[in-house]
Amino acid sequence: MSSGQPRCRVLLTGNPNVGKSTVFNALTGMKQHTGNWPGKTVVTAEGHFQCNGTECTLTDLPGTYSLLAGSPDEEAAADALLGNKADCIILVADASCPQRNLPLLLQILEITDRVVVCLNLVDEAARKQITTDVRRLSEMLGVPVIPTAARSGKGLDELRRAAVGMAQGHIPVRACPTVYDSKTEQAAALIGAAWEHPAARAASLLLLPPENREKLLRRLSVPLTEKLSAAFDAADRLLCGCGDISGSITAALVSRSDAICRECVQNAGGTFSERDRRLDRLMTSKATGIPMMLLLLSVVFYLTIIGANYPSELLSRGFTFLREQCRRLLESLGANGFTIGLTVDGMLGTLSSVVSVMLPPMAIFFPLFALLEDSGYLPRVAFNLDRIFCRAGTQGKQALTMMMGFGCNACGITGCRIISSDRERKIAALTNNFSPCNGRFPTLIAIISAFFVGTLPPFLRSAAGAAILVGVIVLSILLSLGVTRLLSLTILKSTGGSLVLELPPYRRPQFVRTILLSLKDKALSVLGRAVAVALPAGAVIWLLSNLDCGGQSPISLFTSWIDPFARVFGMDGVILTAFLLGFPANETVLPIALMLYLSGGTMTDFESYGQLHTLLVGHGWTLLTAICVMLFTVMHFPCSTACITFYKETRSMKWTFLAFLLPTVCGLFCCALVNLLFCLL
Amino acid sequence: MKTSSLATIPLSRLPVGESGVVETLPEYPELRRRLMALGLIIGTTITAVNASPAGDPRAYFFRGSLIALRQRDAATILLGNRSAVEV
Repeated sequence: MSSGQPRCRVLLTGNPNVGKSTVFNALTGMKQHTGNWPGKTVVTAEGHFQCNGTECTLTDLPGTYSLLAGSPDEEAAADALLGNKADCIILVADASCPQRNLPLLLQILEITDRVVVCLNLVDEAARKQITTDVRRLSEMLGVPVIPTAARSGKGLDELRRAAVGMAQGHIPVRACPTVYDSKTEQAAALIGAAWEHPAARAASLLLLPPENREKLLRRLSVPLTEKLSAAFDAADRLLCGCGDISGSITAALVSRSDAICRECVQNAGGTFSERDRRLDRLMTSKATGIPMMLLLLSVVFYLTIIGANYPSELLSRGFTFLREQCRRLLESLGANGFTIGLTVDGMLGTLSSVVSVMLPPMAIFFPLFALLEDSGYLPRVAFNLDRIFCRAGTQGKQALTMMMGFGCNACGITGCRIISSDRERKIAALTNNFSPCNGRFPTLIAIISAFFVGTLPPFLRSAAGAAILVGVIVLSILLSLGVTRLLSLTILKSTGGSLVLELPPYRRPQFVRTILLSLKDKALSVLGRAVAVALPAGAVIWLLSNLDCGGQSPISLFTSWIDPFARVFGMDGVILTAFLLGFPANETVLPIALMLYLSGGTMTDFESYGQLHTLLVGHGWTLLTAICVMLFTVMHFPCSTACITFYKETRSMKWTFLAFLLPTVCGLFCCALVNLLFCLL
Repeated sequence: MKTSSLATIPLSRLPVGESGVVETLPEYPELRRRLMALGLIIGTTITAVNASPAGDPRAYFFRGSLIALRQRDAATILLGNRSAVEV
C-alpha cells in the first residue's frame, strides 16, 4: 500500500449471532472462524479491505444488544462505539428479525450519523417469507441500508462502497434522532452541556439513571467534575418521580423500532420455523435431549478414532523412512554419532511422534466440532445442562465455555467473557482446564487404543474406544461440576444468578468450507507448534538423556529422583517428567514420554497402537498406570498458553496460581485414590 | 387462534404453547436490563415454546428470537391477556 493512499477506520457491530464474523471475513477475505452461537466473537479482530483506492481498517467488535449490557465482551463493544473514533460504523442486522436489531442501531445513531446498515441473511429471511422494503427503511433511518447475504457474497461490493463513501463524507445522511419525552430530553441536555465527549448525547442518555453513573464514567475514563456532578443533581431533580428512566428510554427505542418495522417489514416478528421446532423437540426434550447429546458426542469421537488410525500409521511409517534417510545422509557426510543422535533421534524423533500420534485425531476432531458449532447446537447443550450447573451454583453458559475448552483451553478461558456475573465467570475460567483440550485428546485416544480395546475384535475397537472416551469426558464434566460446586460453596460464594440465553435458529453448516478451513488452520497451527516446541524440546531431552553425569544421564537422575513421588500417584518418573516438560504444549507430553522410554534403547520406533502397548508394558506400565495417566491428563496444570491467557483475563497472580494449582491437586488426589484402591483390591 | 382473557399469571406458569402480554418486568436490575436490551418491555407478546430436559429453564419466543430463562427469573415477569397459539 502506498503512503499517499487515503485511509479510513470502520467498526463492525451488531447483535450477537447475526453473521457479523461472516460479514467480516467476506469483506476482508480473512478466515476468522465463525460459529452459530451468540458470543462466538469475544475479542476484537482487525482486517483490511480496499475500495475505490481507499485502504480501510475494519474492526470486528463482539456482538451486543445495547450500549448498556452487562458482560465484559459487550462492554468492550460499547466502549469502542462510545469512543466514536471511527470514520464509519457498519451495523449488521439480521434480515429475518430486524425489529430486534433496530434498538441498538437507534442507540448508535445517537453517537454518530456515519452509519451503514448491513441487512444480512436476506436469503434466510426470504425463505421465512420476511421481506424488507429497503428503500423505505433507509428513508426512515436516514442512513444507507444494504441488503447482503454474506455467505454467498451477495451485496458485499455495495457494502464496501457505502462504507468508504460514508467514511469520506460522500453520502448524505439525514439525522433522525429518537425523540424521548420532554423531561428526559431536558435532563440529557443538562448533562450534555456539562462535559465534552465525542458521543455526548448517547453517553448522557446512558448516564441519566443514577445507578449507571459510577461504572460508566470509569469505563469512559471521565472524571466526575463539579460541573458534571451539579448537572447530575439537576437532572435527578427534573426526573424525580418519573419512575424507571432506563426502562422508559429502552421502551421508547423498542417502540420506535416496532413502528419502523411495521412500515418496512412484511411478516416482522414472524414465528419460529417448524423445522427448528422439530429439531428442538429432538435435541432438548425430556426423553431425547440428554441421550442425543451423548450420541452426538460419541459419533464425533467414533469418527475421530476410526479416522485417525490409518493416517497415524501412515505418517509414522513415513517418518521412520525419513529418519533412516536422514541417518544415512548424515553418516555419508561423515557426521559423528552425537550429531546424528541429536538431530535424527532427538529432534526428528520427537517431531515424528507429535505429528503422527497427535495430528490425525486433531485434524478430524476440530472440523467435526466446528460443524457442530456452525449448526447452532452448542447453545442447546447449555440449555440442557443449565439445571445441573445451577445446582452447582453457576449457569449453563459455563457449558459453552467448557465445550470451547475441548478445542483449546486458552480459547475457553477467553470465552468466559460471555458470562456477565463476575463470580460465575471466575468459576468457569478456573474449571475450564478440566475439559481435556485438543492437545490432550490424542493422548487419551492413544492410551485407550493401546490398553483398553486392543484385545477386542477389530470391528469393535473404534466403537468401544469412543464409548470409553465419552466416559472419560462425562467424568471430566462431573469433576468440573464438583469443583464448581466446591468453589461456589467456599471462596466464590453463590447468591443465585440468572440466565438469559439466546437459542439461535439452526443453520445448515457450510460443510466443505468449514472442514477445509479448520483442517487448514489446525493442521498448520499444530505443525507450527510441533516445529516450535517439539524440535527444541527433542534436542534438549536428547542432550539431557545422553550427557554423562557420573554414569547416569541428568534426565534419568531426575526421573529416578522423582520416581518414588510419581509411584504414589500410580505413575512413574518418566511420565511425570514428560508432563512437566510438556508445560509449553500438551501435544508433546506423550511424545516426550515415548522419547524418554526409547532412549533406554529397547525399540527404535512404533507404528501401531499394538506396538505402543508393547513398548509401554515393557517399561512397567499396567492397567493402573494407564488409568492414572489418563486421569492426570484430564486433570493437571494448564499449559503455558492457558496460564498466560488466564493471567491476561484476570490480571491477578493469585487467581492464576489457583488456576494452576486447582486441577493439579485434584488430579494428584484422584490418582492417589485410584492407586490406593488398586493396592487394596 | 383462540383467545381467552384470564387473570394475571407469572411467565413461569404460562403453559407451553400459550402466549401472553408482559405486564410487569422483573425488579432485579441486572435481569431487567438484559431482558429490555432484548426488546422485552411492557406490552411485548411472549410465547412459551419448550422446556429443557429438567423442565427448568424454559425457552420463550419474543420479538423474533428464542430466549431461555430460568423458572425463578420467569416467575418475576407477570403476564396478562393470555391466548393459546399453534406451536
